[in-house]
Amino acid sequence: MKVAERTIQEAICDAPNSQESGEKGLALVKYLILGVLFGIVFVKAEIISWFRIQEMFRLDSFHMYGVIGSAIVTGIISIQLIKRLKIKSIAGEEIKIPTKEFRKGQIYGGFIFGLGWAITGACPGPLFAQIGSGFTVVLITLLSAIAGTWVYGKFSDKLPN
Amino acid sequence: MNQLIDWVSQPWPWYVAGPLIGLTVPALLILGNKSFGISSSLRHVCAICIPAKIPFFQYNWKKEMWNLMFVVGVLLGGLVATTFISNPDEIVIASQTQADLAALGITDFSGLMPSDIFSWENLFTAKGLVFFVLGGFLVGFGTRYAGGCTSGHAIMGISSLQWPSLVATIFFMAGGFLMTQVFLAPLMKLVGF
Repeated sequence: MKVAERTIQEAICDAPNSQESGEKGLALVKYLILGVLFGIVFVKAEIISWFRIQEMFRLDSFHMYGVIGSAIVTGIISIQLIKRLKIKSIAGEEIKIPTKEFRKGQIYGGFIFGLGWAITGACPGPLFAQIGSGFTVVLITLLSAIAGTWVYGKFSDKLPN
Repeated sequence: MNQLIDWVSQPWPWYVAGPLIGLTVPALLILGNKSFGISSSLRHVCAICIPAKIPFFQYNWKKEMWNLMFVVGVLLGGLVATTFISNPDEIVIASQTQADLAALGITDFSGLMPSDIFSWENLFTAKGLVFFVLGGFLVGFGTRYAGGCTSGHAIMGISSLQWPSLVATIFFMAGGFLMTQVFLAPLMKLVGF
């Protein structure tokens, strides 16, 4: 059972949920609120803009590099503080960050995502914020991204990884 | 109050936005022992709606509902920011980028997204096929193949000092540079710009 659970956690990979106790209903609202705040920052810093992504890949502006770079620095400092001060989650659990194992998919898949990122001007997060900002046609992009995810799932065992 | 609204309505600089985005990492860890990542939400949608007995979509998605709540929040956040504190002025982009895009056939530089591309009229055209269908497919397929996107790898992964995430991020950038610098111009020509 332990092994099976671990495999599933690894498989879910990019956003693992290490909380032992279950959460339902109203307990989930805190993630909705956090999402709202996050979406507001996305729009106000114009990260959802196709133009800003073009600027980034044309090396014409520091903006996106500054955003991603300072987000990483903030993340590194926060995680170090959590580890060193042994800060616990509000449910009183020890905070766990599962290891990301290296796979070839990070190379091939990463590259494929990069190609798409420059076309759509959005990684998955901004897709949602673009729709909310009134660019409703991006809903089609989102549906196609879901289809892409499904096709990967269907053929995942046949792809080099 | 009005002054405050005017102030937050301006575009936020990177040194304000970046740290706020970075704070999502400890916020999720402390709120619920969760690692930040957005592209997994696409997988959960597949697992819920169209699992089709594929092993990749057989897992306890109910435990991951928080991730879907988060992305619904992001969508609502987009709505809130655009409705209440939207930038009254036109977007200011680098003059070189603007010149290059104008040369490719983009004419609308007024909003966050060019209406030349992102409008419903383009849906059943070659433009729509490339920018919505192909672009979206590559984003969904690629992020899942890579096991994460900008949030899961570039921000959460590098913040937790995991080198595979750095590799993934380098290849995100490589793909983006190649598309922008090499393929985008011929692709736009092909679809009628």
